Amino acid sequence: MAKLVMSEEETMLADSARGFLDGAAPISKFREMRDAGETHDAALWQDMVAQGWAGVLVPEEAGGSDMGFAAANVLAHEMGKTLAVSPFLSSAVIAATALRQVSDARALAALEKIATGQATYALAVDEGIKFDPDSTAMEAAPDGNGFRLNGRKQFVVDGAMADRVLVLARTENGLTLFDIPGDRAGVSRDASNMIDARDAARITFENVEATGEDVLGQVDNAMAVLKPALEAGQAALAAEMSGLAAGAFGMTVGYLKERKQFGVEIGRFQALQHRAAHLWCEIEVTASAILNAGRMLDSDPENAELAVSLAKARATSTAQLAVIEGVQMHGGIGMTDAYDMGFYMKRARVGAEWLGDYSYHAEKVAALRGF
Amino acid sequence: MNADVTEEGFRAELRAWLEENCPQDMRDGNTSEDAICWGGVQWTFSSPAQKLWLERAAAKGYTVPRWPIEYGGAGLSRAQEKIFHEEMARIKARNPLQSFGIWMLGPALLHFGSHEQKLQYLPPIARGEVRWCQGYSEPGAGSDLASVQTKGEDKGDHWLVNGQKIWTSYADKADWIFALIRTDREAPKHKGISFLLIDMNDPGVETRPIRMISGISPFCETFFTDVKVPKGQIVGEENRGWDVAKYLLTHEREMISGGGQGSAGGRPLGAVLADTMDGLRDATLRADAMRCEIDSLAIGLTLERYKDQAEDGQGAGDASAMLKYMGTELNKQRHELMMAAGGSDALEWDGPLGNRAGDWLRTKANSIEGGTSEVMLSIVSRRVLGLPG
Repeated sequence: MAKLVMSEEETMLADSARGFLDGAAPISKFREMRDAGETHDAALWQDMVAQGWAGVLVPEEAGGSDMGFAAANVLAHEMGKTLAVSPFLSSAVIAATALRQVSDARALAALEKIATGQATYALAVDEGIKFDPDSTAMEAAPDGNGFRLNGRKQFVVDGAMADRVLVLARTENGLTLFDIPGDRAGVSRDASNMIDARDAARITFENVEATGEDVLGQVDNAMAVLKPALEAGQAALAAEMSGLAAGAFGMTVGYLKERKQFGVEIGRFQALQHRAAHLWCEIEVTASAILNAGRMLDSDPENAELAVSLAKARATSTAQLAVIEGVQMHGGIGMTDAYDMGFYMKRARVGAEWLGDYSYHAEKVAALRGF
Repeated sequence: MNADVTEEGFRAELRAWLEENCPQDMRDGNTSEDAICWGGVQWTFSSPAQKLWLERAAAKGYTVPRWPIEYGGAGLSRAQEKIFHEEMARIKARNPLQSFGIWMLGPALLHFGSHEQKLQYLPPIARGEVRWCQGYSEPGAGSDLASVQTKGEDKGDHWLVNGQKIWTSYADKADWIFALIRTDREAPKHKGISFLLIDMNDPGVETRPIRMISGISPFCETFFTDVKVPKGQIVGEENRGWDVAKYLLTHEREMISGGGQGSAGGRPLGAVLADTMDGLRDATLRADAMRCEIDSLAIGLTLERYKDQAEDGQGAGDASAMLKYMGTELNKQRHELMMAAGGSDALEWDGPLGNRAGDWLRTKANSIEGGTSEVMLSIVSRRVLGLPG
């Protein structure tokens, strides 16, 4: 297996992503968006498309750069640091990975639309308060040559704005993944007012018509397509959360060095030094799990499950620690809306739930480690 | 040709060699204290198989696979070393030899020693003939290690060493000791220390075991009274021993954090607990064990990552403090869970669960020896994060 060290290409990619994001998507940009009551930034996404990020997992024949999962993680990590808002995870990672499992002309055309920024996607799986794809109840009943979709989804990230929705539903002998336009008759989307100020929706499907053409992969066999897509999404989300932790941590250490109390910088107090040092250790350990997940997805995707769940579990706990400690070490100012730390905290909470929380992934690890 | 082909060739060759040479009795994955040979003049082999395994492995350089062949190693690359550990773990082979010579002195000698010193000291370590111990801490110099007072007076062709060391692990079983000795009393504390190699059989060296809470005595006090140490037995330059000590400490910290034992062979915690309890139905314990397992896997990967970085010429440096801190705190937690799983069976010395209580108590030293957790956090805070202080 490739080494657990960032390659020269990955380091260059991270540097250029950082340069781009510092200019195009600093946290102040996120604040402006939120203050304007918006939940997404279409212009920023087009800039990211121009950087080639939308095609990071799209094959070259479909106009992508096909750089692989570790590279996608590098980008997600950098976006996490500055809290950049984009449909990168939903479209460029999850949908692109799902479409790649199907090697027909239609999938290639869809991939090309992702790479060129002509289409964005959302993944509709959750029906209850927790991620649990196996318990999907939404029905796709046979209807003539096609299906009728009835049911509700919630916490559909990017779901209010996405051009297309990948929706998981129960068919006669299993689960099936459908790829349908967001404005198809019978689809009603209610934007959720999320704590992280980003797009998410509750979606109701009422007698929505779907044909065999709308099925991604095979009927009754959604997981062949969805499992790799979920794993890619979980790994990239973990990478984003590790970036978020690094961003919150950098802000905190900066504050420890400049804030004075009792006549000295508060970073001189050992009580705070040790808390900060412990947090750095956690971040450093989580970084290894993220790197490993990218390597496994690129080199041995069939067996990447443990690496991915490990990364998501670790990233979740580390990001949560980083924002809790971040607010505490800032004191009162960390509680104010005018200060950016709260943005990290709210995004960390959303990231903790999306695509499986700590318990979900801990159970996966436990099962794979023979508990 | 690409590297993969060579590596796979190596794997096939190694697998065949292991099949032929690793005695069946040495394939039980046992990692307990006395299951693995520590070497040295006083060592008593627990079985003929243990002796045979050491001899065969040493002849191939497999007791120290990464050391150069001329110094008793097998000269393996980092990639080959990974394969070596994978293949060893595959057949649950016991480590043929472990020692402070391998983990600590060896790396320091390879880095700072002269060619002659390497030829003299390394092969006996690799063959398990000479066992080393470490003379760092003193009664008055624990966390403040650089304030060592054991002194070495310059007597022309030798130093005359006087003083006392403490927490010298297995000094009573060791043949030689590598020690920090103050050779310049006027210089600032970090600048007057030399790194000397001393024969434990020399007149004036005495050692006394200290009985610990675990009931055993791995640690000793070691006394030096007018011990003559020839000038050739110094590693690195005179009064620059702190550089060697620091370098060695980074290896020691990686070793204590779990790197020395190799993370590949470790059984998942859940499996161990389930064996003890005939299933793992205690919800609280199970949740704690899951978290511990997750952290353990991630820390194992971090050790691998730092080894990969080291191969690319990027040493762990001050970050080894992180590995030491995280690894030892985790190990303590792991043993707390093992005790909880063992219930009252674990409360007996040499009871139904063997020496589980002793092992548990032993781990409490992990976050003290080689630099306390608090010292590690201070190193991270000042040298990595650049916080004032």
